[in-house]
Amino acid sequence: MDPASVNPITRERLLDLYHQNHEKLILDDTPAIRAKREKAINSFNKLGFPDKKMEDWRNTDLSGSLGLNYDYPLKASEEDDLQKVFRCNIPHLDTAVIGQLNGWFVSKDVPLMELGNGIIIGSLSEAMKKYPQLVEPHLGNYADVDSNNFAALNAAFATDGTFIYIPDGVKSEKAVQLVNVIQYPENIFIQSRNLIVLGKKAQLTVVHCDDSYDHQPSFSNIVTEIAVGEGAFLDHYKLQNLNNSSTLVSSTWFHLEREAKLESHYLSLNGALLRNNTYVRFNGPFGSANIYGLYLMDKKQHIDNYVAVDHASPDCVSNELFKGILDEHATGVFNGHILVRRDAWRTNAFQNNRNLLLTDTARINSKPFLEIYNDDVKCSHGSTTGQLDENAMFYLRQRGIGEDNARMLLMFAFADEVVSKIAIGPLRYRIEDMVKKRLQGELQICEQCVLHCSTPEHPVEFRIDLSKI
Amino acid sequence: MLLKITNLHASIKGKEILKGINLEVNKGEVHAIMGPNGTGKSTLASVIAGRDVFDVTEGEIMYNAKNLMSLSVEERAREGIFLGFQYPVEIPGVSITNFMRTAVNEIRKHRGLDPMSAGEFLKMMEAKKKLVEITSNLTNRSVNEGFSGGEKKRNEIFQMAMLEPTLAILDETDSGLDIDALRVVANGVNKLRTPENGFVVITHYQRLLDYIVPDFVHVLFEGRIVKSGGKELALELEEKGYDWIKQQL
Repeated sequence: MDPASVNPITRERLLDLYHQNHEKLILDDTPAIRAKREKAINSFNKLGFPDKKMEDWRNTDLSGSLGLNYDYPLKASEEDDLQKVFRCNIPHLDTAVIGQLNGWFVSKDVPLMELGNGIIIGSLSEAMKKYPQLVEPHLGNYADVDSNNFAALNAAFATDGTFIYIPDGVKSEKAVQLVNVIQYPENIFIQSRNLIVLGKKAQLTVVHCDDSYDHQPSFSNIVTEIAVGEGAFLDHYKLQNLNNSSTLVSSTWFHLEREAKLESHYLSLNGALLRNNTYVRFNGPFGSANIYGLYLMDKKQHIDNYVAVDHASPDCVSNELFKGILDEHATGVFNGHILVRRDAWRTNAFQNNRNLLLTDTARINSKPFLEIYNDDVKCSHGSTTGQLDENAMFYLRQRGIGEDNARMLLMFAFADEVVSKIAIGPLRYRIEDMVKKRLQGELQICEQCVLHCSTPEHPVEFRIDLSKI
Repeated sequence: MLLKITNLHASIKGKEILKGINLEVNKGEVHAIMGPNGTGKSTLASVIAGRDVFDVTEGEIMYNAKNLMSLSVEERAREGIFLGFQYPVEIPGVSITNFMRTAVNEIRKHRGLDPMSAGEFLKMMEAKKKLVEITSNLTNRSVNEGFSGGEKKRNEIFQMAMLEPTLAILDETDSGLDIDALRVVANGVNKLRTPENGFVVITHYQRLLDYIVPDFVHVLFEGRIVKSGGKELALELEEKGYDWIKQQL
């Protein structure tokens, strides 16, 4: 590309873009949301983009990703053959599929589905108009625009995304699959915002996928706020399979009320640069959160998992297990912040990050940060980084198993500790399958992103059988 | 001849451990290798199996008329060499079933056979479990993970039974076993003895040889086999101790 034509993303450029399109951006806003948008752009004006001088971004360099030309579409693009993009489900898993194309809710005919039991699923901007009383108490109340650059930018620009509402006492029988596919003729900068609200004792499984459809570079800034009501249970999956030119900054705020329960699974399979910000706040006592992560990176890919757990209430339990395999020149970061506030008596908080580096050139920066202001707590953290166990390799090979297969068995076993936490059988088998393909170097992006395949699945032949019999 | 080791020298990180080993094992024979700690018994086992942390600096190992030096660890295993580990490795996340099925099928492939069906395989596992008196559902657990010392050793013999090697090297399989476990392990080995295979049993104590009766006993000392004899040599060693060997040198 002609260097003179490169127009990188800068704070000034986005501020201009905001002011030029101000009317369009606030079109669907309620007064309360509009005030939040103004606050957010002011905050972004102060914060700008993070650089490596910021502690939380010290080992993740965004300059390459920000240095490209992008289009910034401020309305949904037309796509007439969406059936092809979002069709098939996970076999034997009863799901409702929500399609997002380039961050925009794909309306088809009904922008907001209202199910008989009070569940609402659909476009966030539509929900803002129709159900402001459900949206306003939550939207923008968890994501921290004062200090989080990308949350501020997102709150200023995002006008749509997905809204899911599960009323008090309702258990969603279907898992909800939120599939965000990127398909655009030019490089694209995407900002979408999602809001998920679970009422008291509500239950939901949500599978949130970020997939590329082609090899065009993209930059996604996705913010998801999730309110988990008293005694509610959320089983949350984030599955990332983007092309090797795409950057994703995905920030999720989990707000847990009394006795709320969260299981969250981050499965990062591909992408040029992936940054997952996960914020969990225990807003009431007796909450629990299990947060699992698996990342499989190679080439020059970069993964950064930032997890902050805020024990703001007593008697809560948090447990983090993040595991990664880094090959070739891949680099990774794990930042785990556990905050135990003064009144958070009898807190249990555990954190574990384990990494396998397959080459001398792969790197990981793992940094636990425990901040504890109460003395009646059980907290622990562990971080290990190593190579494949030589003794185990010799043991497997001595039984006649070839070197490649022995490596594959050990890598899969390493990954399986996270995969095995997936409670739903059909989803677990599917993800096991994707992990196997990824480890064999056979996982494709685009139409094979599996969760929404348009063609019947082909069984994958493995050189070894990793299945349990 | 099954195994012929000639003037074998091996070292690790420049330190010579084996200093000229000569050993011949024929089909149908059981050889015991005894000796004090740190004289190279386990090194000899590892070198035959092909562990690459050891450098073979001199000599050769012929196995079924093939020079082992040109074969990888897995190729040696597929050719029928089995090493029973002194310290079996724990492999979390890999079930024994999965592990053995992969191993059996890779060995079958090497021999030009089709993979075993799941049904056939499970039937074979059940039969071999009986052989080493494994009654628990050991096989669905991760390889050696959380096993007691006795379970690990029993699992080694179970694997040996599954893979049906031509040459089995058992490295201190008796260490850490109580008398009942020892009997089970020894019975397993005795049932697997045929005129077509050979065993090299490495042990520190004579005790195991009450159960697995060897045809030959060798004493390894400071990297060399310094004395060979029949099974009575083991008894003599037990009685007189290794100092007796040192005095003879």
